[in-house]
Amino acid sequence: MTALVNIKNLYKKFPIHGDWLDQISFANGRFHMKREYVHAINGVSLDVQKGEALCVVGESGCGKSTVARVVMGLLSPSGGEICYEGQRIDHLSSNAMMPYRRKMQMIFQNPYASLNPRMTIKQTLEEPIRWHQPKLATGELKDKVAEVMKSVGVDPSWGERFPHEFSGGQRQRISIARALIVDPEFIVADEPISALDVSIQAQVLNLLMDAQEQRGLTYLFITHDLSVVEHFGTRVAVMYLGSLCEVTTARKLFAAPRHPYTQALLSAIPRLEDEKPDFIRLKGEVPTPVNLPSGCVFHGRCPHANDRCKREVPVLREVDGTQVACHAVEEGRLD
Amino acid sequence: MQSNVKASPSRWAQFKDSHFWHSFKKDKIAIVSFTIFALILSASLLAPVLAPFDPYDLTQVDIMDAEIPPNWQENGDERFVFGTDSQGRDMWSTILYGTRISLMIGVCAVLLQAFLGIVIGLIAGYFGGKVDNFLMRLADIQLSFSTLMVAIIVLAVFQAAFGAELYQELALFMLIMVIGIAEWPQYARTVRATVLAERKKEYVDAARVIGLRSNRIMFRHILPNTLSPVLVISTVQIANAIISEASLSFLGLGMPPSKPSLGSLISSGFEFIFSGSWWITIIPGIVLICLVLVVNLLGDWMRDVLNPKLYKG
Repeated sequence: MTALVNIKNLYKKFPIHGDWLDQISFANGRFHMKREYVHAINGVSLDVQKGEALCVVGESGCGKSTVARVVMGLLSPSGGEICYEGQRIDHLSSNAMMPYRRKMQMIFQNPYASLNPRMTIKQTLEEPIRWHQPKLATGELKDKVAEVMKSVGVDPSWGERFPHEFSGGQRQRISIARALIVDPEFIVADEPISALDVSIQAQVLNLLMDAQEQRGLTYLFITHDLSVVEHFGTRVAVMYLGSLCEVTTARKLFAAPRHPYTQALLSAIPRLEDEKPDFIRLKGEVPTPVNLPSGCVFHGRCPHANDRCKREVPVLREVDGTQVACHAVEEGRLD
Repeated sequence: MQSNVKASPSRWAQFKDSHFWHSFKKDKIAIVSFTIFALILSASLLAPVLAPFDPYDLTQVDIMDAEIPPNWQENGDERFVFGTDSQGRDMWSTILYGTRISLMIGVCAVLLQAFLGIVIGLIAGYFGGKVDNFLMRLADIQLSFSTLMVAIIVLAVFQAAFGAELYQELALFMLIMVIGIAEWPQYARTVRATVLAERKKEYVDAARVIGLRSNRIMFRHILPNTLSPVLVISTVQIANAIISEASLSFLGLGMPPSKPSLGSLISSGFEFIFSGSWWITIIPGIVLICLVLVVNLLGDWMRDVLNPKLYKG
């Protein structure tokens, strides 16, 4: 099985220092330039296989949305490569990127901001096709729009309406229709259901799964909801502070989490019958991504950390079919 | 999924059902202002029909008719409702034509301002970084010169360099250019601020993911969402432009006396105001004040409607 998308050693940092005047600082008797960055992604390597739904989970601020944006080319990486079907795409000009734009589409988090309020639904949905297939006849275009609207459960006769006339769930369906309308192969979904009502979440999730089945889509699904991962994901990548902790299949992750962070994360899922007997309480807070901890980013909160964890950054290593980035797992200290 | 299929209503029906129309109907000040503005506008547009004389036609002007008071006064002449000016032109006709010129300068100058300001503001806001810095510092520099000062310098230099003859021919064009160019930063700043807010919204990202060009995203996606503040400042700017033109004309740098605007009428009557001929200054003055006042009131009302988050004082 070949990977559809390769993310190779990806880095992304955002400058938080101001212009050059703000950078000048005075310390130890002399002036120097001080530059500060938020290190959002630190060396993430990930392969998305054709036909799978790879879920990226992690708490807020761990860089999962940044990964999605860098993959889609909305942000340019500070280091590393993105490859689509083996071709490097992260440094392409917008013209050279055009063929990939049809193959990769994105669904956004906030259905209230992701549709242009001044465009009717029909205009919103027709624009991508008109742009990518300018030669398409008007009749075919209309059929195509109607077909996609039907497939996401939106009545095609609502095309003349504006986004504010729809509910959040309907808007998210329209957003999905906009992504599907150019017949993509790969869809990045950035927390597509987290802004929706719980009852609507399941509907939209089922819609995404149906679309995957019918169109053979591949998903990179960003979420912080572990129950969604259980329901939807084939493989899972767990992120913490811009680094990957563990990449494995969904079944293995829930059955036997390997990384100490994943174990803590899973134990935090609230369960009805549960008295929380083995609830893992992490000490401290997530460190700031401005000054990353040395070594393993998790060492400050990890109950199993030792000196090596403080010195050396762990890399993803295959252990029993699971990729884990942890010295303790590698050394067998956890068992 | 219910299927309440409704035929899309016509534009007019949509407008009649809109918040805009409802709040207009409720606001008496807005109705009165709009009525007065519409009256002034139509009177000035229909000037050739309404005016009994053509003030530009020298054969209809008789110097012997000079400084006749309005016809309700003693010595009034029933041919001249509002009297005549120092050259014997009918004030009523001259005011109609003058209002037309004032409005035209106001509207055209604002169109020019809006065009420059919107394009520059969109580019600055959308691209950000160095482009933004450069354009906004340019705007700051432009703003640090007052409009009147720039206009006075440019118009005075033009008059001195090319002579009063050419200036009289090109006065209308020059005034539009000067007032238009001097005030673009107002638009650029407003548009930029709105673009900065809109650019972060996900529909812009969605348009980028589709692969649309920056131009198309700026003008088709972002611009329509920035138009309500533009509409609001446009009304204020029209009033400002009319006042600027009147001030320049009053200073002798605006429209020539042969083709007077409201400002040059006021100015030309100023010499006679102490000799008793008050009507030459006062009547165009009242028209100017009314025009500017109703435009400003309409702008205020529009700001309240389009920006409901603002508290009314």
